[in-house]
Amino acid sequence: MGMNKMYEVSNKYHDYKDYTREYTEVGRSIPRLDGPAKVTGKLQYTDDLSLPRMVYAKILRSPHAHAIIKNIDFSKALELDGVLDVLKGSDFPIDYGIVAHSANEQVLARDKVRMWGEPVAAVCAMTEEIAEKALELIEVEYELLPVVVDGRESEKFANETGVLIHEDKPGNIAHQGTQQYGDVDAILAESDLVIEQEFYSSQYTHAYIEPQAALADYDVHRNKLHLYATCQVPHYTHQQLAKCLQMPMKDIRITVPLLGGGFGGKGVASCADFITSKFSSRVGRPVKCAYERSEVFATHQGRHACYMKFKMGFDKEGHITAVDFNNLMVGGAYMSWGVVVLFYTASMVHVPYITPAMKFAGKRVYTNTNTCGAHRGLGGSQPRFAMEILMDMAAEKLGMTPLQIRLLNAVESGHTCRSMMYIPHCEYKKTLQTAADNCDFENKYGKLPFGKGIGMSGGYYISGTSYTLYLSYKPHTVANVKIEGENNVVLFCGATDIGQGCDMVMAQMAAETLGIRSEDVKVVSRDTMLATFDLGTFASRVTYATGWAIRRACEAANQLLFPVAAAIMGCRGQEVGVKDYQFYSLYEKKRKNVDWNEVVDQYIQANGPIITAGQFTPPRRKGIQQGGNIGHSPTFGFTTQIAEVEVDLYTGLVKVVKITEAGDLGQPINPMSCEGQVHGSIQMGLGNALLEEMRYAEDGRLLNPSFHDYKLCGTIDMPEVEATIVESYDPSAPYGAKESGEGPIQPTPPAIFNAVYDAIGYRCTEQPLTQEKVLNYLKSIGKNL
Amino acid sequence: MKKQIVTLNINGEDMDLRIAPMDVLADVLRKEAGLTGTKKGCGQGDCGACTVIIDGKAVLSCLTLAIACQGKKITTIEGIADQKTGEMNPIQKAFLNHGAVQCGFCTPGMIMSSYNLLTRNPQPTRADIRRALSGNLCRCTGYLLIFEAVEACAAEGGVL
Repeated sequence: MGMNKMYEVSNKYHDYKDYTREYTEVGRSIPRLDGPAKVTGKLQYTDDLSLPRMVYAKILRSPHAHAIIKNIDFSKALELDGVLDVLKGSDFPIDYGIVAHSANEQVLARDKVRMWGEPVAAVCAMTEEIAEKALELIEVEYELLPVVVDGRESEKFANETGVLIHEDKPGNIAHQGTQQYGDVDAILAESDLVIEQEFYSSQYTHAYIEPQAALADYDVHRNKLHLYATCQVPHYTHQQLAKCLQMPMKDIRITVPLLGGGFGGKGVASCADFITSKFSSRVGRPVKCAYERSEVFATHQGRHACYMKFKMGFDKEGHITAVDFNNLMVGGAYMSWGVVVLFYTASMVHVPYITPAMKFAGKRVYTNTNTCGAHRGLGGSQPRFAMEILMDMAAEKLGMTPLQIRLLNAVESGHTCRSMMYIPHCEYKKTLQTAADNCDFENKYGKLPFGKGIGMSGGYYISGTSYTLYLSYKPHTVANVKIEGENNVVLFCGATDIGQGCDMVMAQMAAETLGIRSEDVKVVSRDTMLATFDLGTFASRVTYATGWAIRRACEAANQLLFPVAAAIMGCRGQEVGVKDYQFYSLYEKKRKNVDWNEVVDQYIQANGPIITAGQFTPPRRKGIQQGGNIGHSPTFGFTTQIAEVEVDLYTGLVKVVKITEAGDLGQPINPMSCEGQVHGSIQMGLGNALLEEMRYAEDGRLLNPSFHDYKLCGTIDMPEVEATIVESYDPSAPYGAKESGEGPIQPTPPAIFNAVYDAIGYRCTEQPLTQEKVLNYLKSIGKNL
Repeated sequence: MKKQIVTLNINGEDMDLRIAPMDVLADVLRKEAGLTGTKKGCGQGDCGACTVIIDGKAVLSCLTLAIACQGKKITTIEGIADQKTGEMNPIQKAFLNHGAVQCGFCTPGMIMSSYNLLTRNPQPTRADIRRALSGNLCRCTGYLLIFEAVEACAAEGGVL
């Protein structure tokens, strides 16, 4: 037994096991517990559910991007046999929105539509076919309004035509703000090198494969609603339903079946949630509504397109002196997460490089295009794309390599940004060096033949947010653990598994502290009545936040069991450890131990079942300027990616051959799952870099609302990936774990853009890097074969 | 449109189902036969989540008329496990054990395409696998662990 180690445990480690990292369940690559049901087709997602007497709802969507609704005539639709009910905008007089301060979305458009595909009316019918037929019979009279699609024109359009997308927002400006840390203009004037460059980061969508669906079951006798829905933040949907349906929250229960992906897009309530609930309360039957793929595109609320102007200063050694960032964010028709994303783009500039001074001016404008919101790596991806290219541009001017300039500027553990954002733990340098070593970057960069290239980028993301959108002081996460009878451990925690596998991760964390096997922990989550409160799945908060809550609940259970075990073994209560279903004396493990079941049984015989609680709220960290609360997190994950590309000189096609990745995600709870997060991030990032863009006609119609016209990275496009989890442990985190699913999407696009520059000298700064752009460049330099 | 009783052979079982002439197989499987393992991700033949096997060929059930499947053998994700014991098919186990499953929504289609590949080509190369699965979209996994699962299944004796 490591007696010496025992005395070395410093205050910064939570307990002995964290110090030695002799974990039994944390760090195990177990298959997910819902896996068998998923691979056999047994698992039921929302649209797979049906209830007795269930009927169907469909939504009529606007074919116009900007129009006044003069009249809606339902008479023909209502005459159709099998039509039960209809709804229109005035049935939902209250607006909703994910950010309470700026909620301006309508369940069904009341007076006018502001984007193509906006919900206008809804029908409830005995079958889906009848509902579809009824949609065709609804007559809507529109008066068309002028449309603005280009975000750069929106303010001018408003001022010149006098046409506003929202009447209370002059200049079509949804929100704007500035931040300034230091005299940036003066510092830039004195800097040895200033690079000024514009960038465009395009609008793309989450493209989860499961379309949104909702099944509402309203008990008309007791006035209680039970909604099954595809939402990744049930708590927000719960609040929005209560508000728009004008019902108390206590009468609403939301159950989330497992989700077929979310990536941020299912954080907002869907129109289907509201209309099925309303219909069910009016027709007294369960009502289901499942979206078509085109509806998923129309309501996507994905990545904001950003027109970014950067000025970045350096001294002659390559240290960053100051950053001046102007961001025009194209929001689409409604607010969604807009204010939050705007200020995230500002916050995310301060890391992963030491930034002594920074100035930000941001504006989110409305356009008659589909609303943008939260998308994996929210607010980080856009400035990261720009800044990682800027780092390479600076390195070239200063005669440094991309690796050297990044190592020189990289933040380290304990860094406090000018914005007061605090980074408790960081192994970014280790990720840079590891990724570079693993693909021999320094010997390849700038030395490959024309057409082949290698490019580097860093990235990072928050592990939870310190600041909530809802106005309440309650804990962000609560976990309960119940131990009753033999091995019967049930963990209650309302976090939402959107496919990332948090049900499994939560079981692993509980099992670690309780000293049992993960497979024996039953997890109750995703239900606002059965599970305990959790804020939701966003901001890479779940592992960190639920980790502490679960750990505290399990430690409280251990505090009840340890004295019983100690009495049986003959040792002190505080000298008990537990693992592998055995309590043991920390000092005499071989001689003094007792079976876990025996102790639990003894306790229960005397006291009845154990039910304990744990909770977590992040440390209170706040910013100092407008919007400055946004971006603060208990901790941060870091990553480096190096892309190797081959450019086809005949066709302009960029083939990403390999991505070498190294990630600082703290202690991985389930390494196989973390690897999957990295692969998935790279796949999405590659699509974002090369293929994906929501495209609009001049009249605001979305031109590519299908997977036929909006291409994702497929099996043929996916490069080889060498992912390495660097040795890392964050003592401030539960079990040392940090995020792994949003940081790794940040570096993929800039790494590919930088690699293409290395391959053919094309410094493209506008997403996506299409074949057409590459070909035009090759032609312009006479290198097209 | 008027529905008629049509007999379809699904997973070795003759099932009498209410089908209208315009009904696609994906909807009939999900709503009439109760086999919700077959998923609908797009309804337009783009995502592959609805892939089933008809007479040995991988087919998009969202683009296939159900009445055209009379007299054919339809195999769905529910039909490749051992029908007597429920034990998973080796390709299902491989997906599970290699981390090839995240949200799981594309998984049934992915598995059916992989299963079909391995019945036709028991020792596929990585390029064969990429091609065979090119009609199946996944947004979570990045495909690489799926490729590994198919390779591992092939190496360990295949799907039959």
